Amino acid sequence: MSSPEKYVKNSVREMPPSGIRKYFDLINEMEDVISLGIGEPDFITPWQIREAGIYALEKGRTHYSANAGIRELRDEISEYLKRKYDIAYDAADEIIVTVGASEGIDLALKAILEPGDEVVVPEPSFVAYKGCVNVSGGIPVSLELKEENLFKIDPAELEAAITEKTKAVIIPFPNNPTGSVMTGEELEEVVKVLKNKDVVIISDEIYSELTYGFEFRSLATFPEIKEKLIVVNGFSKSHAMTGWRIGFVCGNKEIIKHMFKIHQYTLMCAPTPAQYAGIEALRNCDAEVERMIKEYDRRRKFILNGIRDLGLKCFEPQGAFYIFPNITSTGLSSDEFCEGLLKSERVLMVPGTAFGDCGEGYVRATYASSLENIKEALVRTERFIKGLQEK
Amino acid sequence: MKEILDILEKNAKLTVAEVAVLTGLDEKDVSTAIAEYEQDSVILGYKAIINWDKTDTDLITAIIEVKLVPQRDKGFDSIAERIYKYPQVKACWLMSGSYDLSVMIEGKHIKEVAMFVSEKLAVIDGVFSTATHFVLKKYKDGNIIFEGIEKDDREAIVL
Repeated sequence: MSSPEKYVKNSVREMPPSGIRKYFDLINEMEDVISLGIGEPDFITPWQIREAGIYALEKGRTHYSANAGIRELRDEISEYLKRKYDIAYDAADEIIVTVGASEGIDLALKAILEPGDEVVVPEPSFVAYKGCVNVSGGIPVSLELKEENLFKIDPAELEAAITEKTKAVIIPFPNNPTGSVMTGEELEEVVKVLKNKDVVIISDEIYSELTYGFEFRSLATFPEIKEKLIVVNGFSKSHAMTGWRIGFVCGNKEIIKHMFKIHQYTLMCAPTPAQYAGIEALRNCDAEVERMIKEYDRRRKFILNGIRDLGLKCFEPQGAFYIFPNITSTGLSSDEFCEGLLKSERVLMVPGTAFGDCGEGYVRATYASSLENIKEALVRTERFIKGLQEK
Repeated sequence: MKEILDILEKNAKLTVAEVAVLTGLDEKDVSTAIAEYEQDSVILGYKAIINWDKTDTDLITAIIEVKLVPQRDKGFDSIAERIYKYPQVKACWLMSGSYDLSVMIEGKHIKEVAMFVSEKLAVIDGVFSTATHFVLKKYKDGNIIFEGIEKDDREAIVL
């Protein structure tokens, strides 16, 4: 290879681009597209949080903060975790404020992986896990989440997936893209497997606020695994703050202190005004979060009903803001379905394969979009499916 | 069932079937509940929220602070009733503080409102004084922002 590309390291060069890249290009040439393809709230950050951010700017809080994050914010995070999930992390040395939860995932993997270490990644799941494992020199090992198991982890399958080479297991619930959530009892079974294994557990709890009909239980409530657990969470989904780039990671201080060094050398600190906004978010915005959850829940019921009315088999999502219908009855692949739907009806959904090979046969639609958009998207999708049947 | 009210308050155009889906209730239960709410005057009516400034209709709104002399046995209620029965009065609230009634009036032009105040309102027995404030611009009304609504300008796809 003579191109300058040769300078890029193998693991990055071989990393496949995001499975949905072609849709970026397609969309650029289209108008009037209803996008159910975005993985973020359609709500704008509640005004009082924005106001707190503006105030921080006015006050000239534009400098680096403490590397681990403003102490006041870490205190709030500690208090919030206690209040919401009854879990205890010490603001002094068990919490780092990160640049979004994504940094938290990356930090955790960078801190623990030796070259060749395996990481069990349940799939379908968030597109970045595998990429981050690869960049950190690890090897992702897929653990398929099946529709017949309601896209939850089967403890026996987890047990089988963990080998001597396994360094870590990612637990991604509430799940993007399926909307599946594991209950406390179901997690107990998973914990029984994990507690006997010498592996780090990375629990991505970014959608923890967004469950419908039952209480979310954090893996940090299980003392038997807590010392080897890293919890990743943040403000993006719960408080509609994706663009602020602020999240946090919690864990045992003996692990956190090493993750902290990487954070210090690479990111220095999360954006300071965003941290001040984050304080307001945790301190005074429970009602706003409640309001958004209620709205998502209504749309969730609406889109589930609508998709089932189209004749598609569809698992009822119980968390996050995605729905993951099974489109095999249309005879199309995920990619064909999404491309066809976009080109003929200008509705964007994301092929399930973007979230792992086992996502074939499914598409992801988000209901973090206005009810009007969802209604119109359902009308158009119905027309698309009818058109297929007539062919 | 209160959720039905919450949903309809935001969008009264939703059909019974849609409200049923959004709440997870039976259509029949939803329609019974709505009928009961209507009967019990919990739901008082359904209307559109219109920004008349965007039409060529002349419309002016005034808020009038009214001080009253309360009447034996009746307090403020009977005077308030005499005031709010006028169709020009769009809203009427009994207030704490330095005046008693806040009366919202709509008219075609300033003169019409002024005439109403001087000839109808101020002369009612028990009305002690009035102070009229004309609305210059409506930014937000009925929990709806009239202009500069933040649009959904997110990227169509991320990652």
